[in-house]
Order: sequence, then C-alpha cells, then structure tokens
Amino acid sequence: MRFSVTVFPGSNCDHDCEWVIKDVMGQDVEMVWHKETDLRKPDCVVVPGGFSYGDYLRTGAIARFSPVMKSVDEFAKKGGLVIGICNGFQILCEAGLLPGALIRNKSLQFSCRNVYNLVERTDTPFTGACQKGQVLKLPIAHGEGSYFIDSEGMKKLKANNQVVVRYCDETGQVTPGSNPNGSLENIAGICNEKRNVFGLMPHPDRSGEDMIGSHDGQYIWKSIIKSFAGAAR
Amino acid sequence: MAWHVNVFVTLKPSVMDPQGATVQRALNSMGYKSVESVRMGKFTEMEIDGALSEAEVKKLTDEICDKLLANPNIESYRFTVEKK
Repeated sequence: MRFSVTVFPGSNCDHDCEWVIKDVMGQDVEMVWHKETDLRKPDCVVVPGGFSYGDYLRTGAIARFSPVMKSVDEFAKKGGLVIGICNGFQILCEAGLLPGALIRNKSLQFSCRNVYNLVERTDTPFTGACQKGQVLKLPIAHGEGSYFIDSEGMKKLKANNQVVVRYCDETGQVTPGSNPNGSLENIAGICNEKRNVFGLMPHPDRSGEDMIGSHDGQYIWKSIIKSFAGAAR
Repeated sequence: MAWHVNVFVTLKPSVMDPQGATVQRALNSMGYKSVESVRMGKFTEMEIDGALSEAEVKKLTDEICDKLLANPNIESYRFTVEKK
C-alpha cells in the first residue's frame, strides 16, 4: 500500500509518519512538498503534525491554501483515504474536509503527554482493526486542540456516527478529568460523513513501538492497511 | 490615496475564550473589579489600491475575511473602510 505524506514549511511530524509507515508497518511512502500538486498515486494521504506556516493567523489556515491541498481536496472528494494528525487535523478542518474547528486549549498551555482514547466507531477505514470500546494510549502535543462545533453541527456528527475517538481514562471512562484540552464532549477524532477522511489530535505516528512509550498507534495504521486490502479484493 | 481597511475578528459568543477569561481574572486581581468580561480577538490593517470604489473595497474585504482572515465556524468579523 502506498501512502503520501504532505510536507509544509513547519511540518515536524512528517518523518515520524514516514518512519511508522515504512519502518514499522512495512508500506511504501512518498513525501510530497506543499508546492507540488502531484500526490504520486497514493492509496492514502497523510497530513502530518507540526506548525505549518508557524501557526500564523490560525492553525492550518495558511496551509489549507497550499497547492498540494487542492489535490488532497480532489482526492478526498473522489473517495480517497485521508488522515490528518494534529496540525493535519487542524488543516483538514480549515479546508472544510472535516466539520468544526480546533481552538486554544482550555488551560492555555501546550500539552505534551500520553492520553487515553476510547475507540467509539470501528466502522471507518481508520479504526476497522480496533475493537469497539478499545482504549488506545497515544501521545498528544498541541496548544490548539480543543474541538469546537456549533450545536447544529454536533447533532449532525452524532446522527451520522462521526465521532470516532474520545479522550478517556485508562479504564475507558469518558470523564471531564481525562479531557486534556477542553474539547466538546471529549472529542479527540472525527471522520467526515462519507468516512474516508479522518482527523485526530493524538499521534498514531508517534506511538508505533513500545520503546517510545506505546505501540497503540499501530492499530490505526493496521486499520488503514486492512481496509485497503479489503477494497482491493 | 489608498483605502485603509481595519478588520476586527472576534470569537463567536458561543465559543469558549480561555485567553480572554485569563486576562479578565488578571485585571480583576489588579484591582479592576468592575471588568466583568474580556473577549480577545484579532486586528488586521490592510492598505488597498485607492483606484477601487468603496463598494469594490467592501466586497473584496468581505471575500478576504470569509476565505482567510476569519473562520466562520468559530469567528465573526467587522471592518471599517477609510480613504486617507
């Protein structure tokens, strides 16, 4: 399976994505500079974390107008798989590929630690290898990860089962205390209505091996690979 | 003579503003007890070609705000236009 990782000025998790996809999961990976429009025929596009364009104006607001994002938009609209991690999630929201927005953490602090995430939906290409109710230990590293959507939007998200992962405690309880950033209803990751675009603040790219704290990120990559293999059959 | 456009972008009332809340608490603790609410926003100054009409400048500014300067999911904007 071939992944393409977009690279913006200020991306800093592009190599984490490359490492987990290539060295841990054994898949092909292409790095695509933001000025390019050729995604190089990917089966899945990864919009990585970092601080694209220095987070100027709003996180993801400038990156969203990069030439490469026009291609990502077309790819997503044709049903291609797109995953946005951290700053990538912010970019996908700014681009309108995912609903809502990520705003300043409630604490005003940059939060960098492992958090627990409850997998609520397994009927997405990004979580199909997880068990419903599984708890994933994944790191977060962000200052603007508080998910916001208006009440109409929230109703739609719920009606379409688009809330994929929520922050929880170690035992899988979704509690106010386990919400690291003030996200509405502990939302950590959502998908679009068609379920081919997924964004999350925690990093499955920085949790590919126990040596670095957790291997739970592998479940997300395994899911994508599994869904691709299923589609190819 | 160019058009001077001042754009004010603010978070919608329904959106939590922890920064504003922190500034308000600071003001209160400094003794400004009468400050009941603070909301932070962004201010942008633009200079636009004076050859355009005022209506054109307003239309252009609306477009710029909708596309880039404000995120309609969380923010609203207003602006002033002046020739000087």
